[in-house]
Amino acid sequence: MSNVGIVIVSHSPKIAEGAADMVRQMVGDAVPLAWTGGDVDGGLGTNVSGILEAIETAWSPAGVAILVDLGGAETNSEMAVEMLPEDRRARVLVCNAPVVEGAVIAATESSGGSSLAAVKRSAEEFYA
Amino acid sequence: MSLDRVARERLVRALAGSVIEHADELTSLDQAIGDGDHGLNMKRGFEAVLAALPGLADKSLPEMLKAIGMTLVMKVGGASGPLVGTFFMELGKALPEQPSRSDLVAATEKAIEAVKARGRSEAGQKTLLDVLVPVHAVLAGGGDAKAIAAEAAQAADRTTPMQAIRGRASFLGERSIGHMDPGSRSASLLIGAAVETLEFEVNP
Repeated sequence: MSNVGIVIVSHSPKIAEGAADMVRQMVGDAVPLAWTGGDVDGGLGTNVSGILEAIETAWSPAGVAILVDLGGAETNSEMAVEMLPEDRRARVLVCNAPVVEGAVIAATESSGGSSLAAVKRSAEEFYA
Repeated sequence: MSLDRVARERLVRALAGSVIEHADELTSLDQAIGDGDHGLNMKRGFEAVLAALPGLADKSLPEMLKAIGMTLVMKVGGASGPLVGTFFMELGKALPEQPSRSDLVAATEKAIEAVKARGRSEAGQKTLLDVLVPVHAVLAGGGDAKAIAAEAAQAADRTTPMQAIRGRASFLGERSIGHMDPGSRSASLLIGAAVETLEFEVNP
């Protein structure tokens, strides 16, 4: 699939999964999608290995847009991006947008075949 | 500074012990102005570091520091994982196997710059940088182990009247004033444990 992939990262696995459900309802299987949430012990938090796995799951040659909730989710996502193989690093962007609304808007944009930059821009501009 | 295997293992145990022993205190500091997981997160990370012994101490000092950093990045969770983990990883990248004091000064500065970039933060925003930056100044100015440990503790205390600009505590605005920054406290604990263990046997 060549549409931009979407990764949802929340401190709460329930929020991440719920947001992913909303994305699926909107775009079906047209967009590669993965979610991750919780620390490595299953408590509230985020973790780098979970984010790396989600990026792998949602990988697309067109790139991956990551939607995050609060600070640690963003810091851990940026760390995960830096740990990717070099040829993938530039094709993964963390969006500065609300996690639920941003994920739905980004996925909708992606489902129309837009570029990674356009997907990120539409998620960020909608609530700006 | 030449750390043999025994000294490297002692250093790892001291670093981990300082955080694990104070996990409850770190959690209560974080409950006041954050999400209350700092003690638990740091404890989980350093327990994973301890679990990597004795093999961890078989590595050279730079490789050992990088491995500690990577373990913290993967296990801590929260923003502290990437921030503290980045510090250790960059320190490992910048230090030679037998660092002189000036090597340590230079490597610490690089590691601090990496933490600033990772957190998009500067000193003065009620974060661990408010301990790292002044402690680095004492290190660079020739301070001994006692002076460094004292500055670390005082610098953590000085975060109490600050207003948080970065991190979860910044949501509280002025209500973040009056509580010590948990990340500064854990940085101060780690620095205290490191200098006490090394007794600062670094030649000028």
